[in-house]
Amino acid sequence: MSAPNITVPLYRAAHGRTGDKGNRSNISVIAWHPDLYPMLLSQVTEQVVAQHFAHRQPGRVQRFELPGLAALNFVLDDVLDGGVNDALNLDTHGKALSFWLLDLPIEIPAELAPLLEGPP
Amino acid sequence: MSPSSSPLLIGCAAGFSGDRVDAAGPVVDTLIARGGPAFLIFETLAERTLALAQLRRRADPQAGFEPLLDDMLRPVLARCLAHNIRIVSNFGAANPLAAARHIQAMAAGMGLAAPRIAVVAGDDLSGAQHEPLLRAQLGAAMDGIRKVSANAYIGAEAIAAALNAGAQIVVAGRVADPSLTVGPAMSHFGWRADDWDRLARATMAGHLLECGAQVCGGYFADPGYKDVPDLHAVGYPIAEIDSDGHCVIGKAAGTGGVVSLAGVKEQLLYEVHDPAAYLTPDVVADISAAQLSPAGPDRVTLSGVRGHARPANLKVNVCHEGGWLAEGEISYAGPRAEARARLAAEVLRRRLPELALRVDLIGALSIMGDDAGRLLAQTPAGDARDVRLRVAATHAERAQAERLPREVTALYCCGPAGGGGVRTSLTPRLNTLSCLVPRGAVPLRFEMLEKEQ
Repeated sequence: MSAPNITVPLYRAAHGRTGDKGNRSNISVIAWHPDLYPMLLSQVTEQVVAQHFAHRQPGRVQRFELPGLAALNFVLDDVLDGGVNDALNLDTHGKALSFWLLDLPIEIPAELAPLLEGPP
Repeated sequence: MSPSSSPLLIGCAAGFSGDRVDAAGPVVDTLIARGGPAFLIFETLAERTLALAQLRRRADPQAGFEPLLDDMLRPVLARCLAHNIRIVSNFGAANPLAAARHIQAMAAGMGLAAPRIAVVAGDDLSGAQHEPLLRAQLGAAMDGIRKVSANAYIGAEAIAAALNAGAQIVVAGRVADPSLTVGPAMSHFGWRADDWDRLARATMAGHLLECGAQVCGGYFADPGYKDVPDLHAVGYPIAEIDSDGHCVIGKAAGTGGVVSLAGVKEQLLYEVHDPAAYLTPDVVADISAAQLSPAGPDRVTLSGVRGHARPANLKVNVCHEGGWLAEGEISYAGPRAEARARLAAEVLRRRLPELALRVDLIGALSIMGDDAGRLLAQTPAGDARDVRLRVAATHAERAQAERLPREVTALYCCGPAGGGGVRTSLTPRLNTLSCLVPRGAVPLRFEMLEKEQ
């Protein structure tokens, strides 16, 4: 019988930063511990991220894997309402978007709970 | 100057136009204390910074360089020159020659021996003679636009050449950010312009440096998750680069912040798309197999970076006038504040049907939302008790755009109960077109500034 899973927000398993170029955003998702990386790989997929950002209507979501850093890099096309010179958003760069992604719920095997960051 | 194999220190004292002007002091102090060959770089350009600089140059032919140049450089210029710390920056922005002359005058005013200052030129494609080149790439997109600036992102070669010719200060405009680091490394180690692995490693060292404090705990802190000591005094980075381009990232001594694995990982991936192909004018860097490892307190080693042949084309950004941005804000607080703010937004929508309004309910839902309001529409109304309504719209004609600030102001007497704290603004906008041009179409050069007569 497999160990029970617990559901936690992604920010307990990973951290990240958003960058922008033109109308394109990139968001890194970096595991707090290498043992948490497989859960990111299996659950934080291109499809899941595209769905999570559906209101921004991404033209394309690409995921790049960086196993040496236990990190994923997501590239979201057309999500910045034109980018820094065009968007009406106060945050024209989309600087806050990593925190939108880090709110995503993910499932973690209970025995890995000690590797999670922050208060439970 | 002949190539060297001794490690090179490169400190970065600015990560954008408007960065802290007290950043350079501790970086220079550390470079002096550590001894050996060293450079100081300032990265002060972003996508819209150059267009704004070009507008200032239009108004004043002696302006158009980084407005904080004097404040950034004056506190450290004498020490840098005295200790042979050479300075490389893109703070020339839209007018590198005027920036160089300003530095020359600053040095003279401080009683310093005249430094050898080089000006890198060729990135500015805003002149009429470049119009056919841009039109060949952008075609009809150029029709009817009022161009403000056009700049190619140029690489490290002209910087390296200027340093090889003995420049103590190199003033550039739209040099790609990492090239500010690659140029000094090429010159110091005598690398060839097709030594792809070494250029790629130095490029990623430059990438880690180019946002200043962002690799030292700036833009990182998240209390309870990512705690940063003495963030108020966050230090700026210093890279130690060896003759193969490998680097250790550290920071200025006696400063706050932290150089941690987690923070350096975030910055390594910042503004990167495909990690196997980070494009710069100098090289295509591949960090898909990159590794970071701790190398002592506030020190992190980067390894595993590879390089591939540089792109055949250079990226060009063309900025043009983009109409007007109108914004207005008003606050509601206390019971039913969110409901009153939502009603105020509805009033504005009904009064301004010609404008596509963006609505933010600051305190309930704002910057996470999209301009079209899809997220706001699908988010059930809440009962936030302190909400600042912000509306924004753009229009090609000023007369149309300025109706928005007037209607927001009118909410004082005509809107929902208890609205206060109206602020409005009307700003000219700049829009950007991007294209690629063949490298050969952008001749680059440097010139040593003549001594003052």
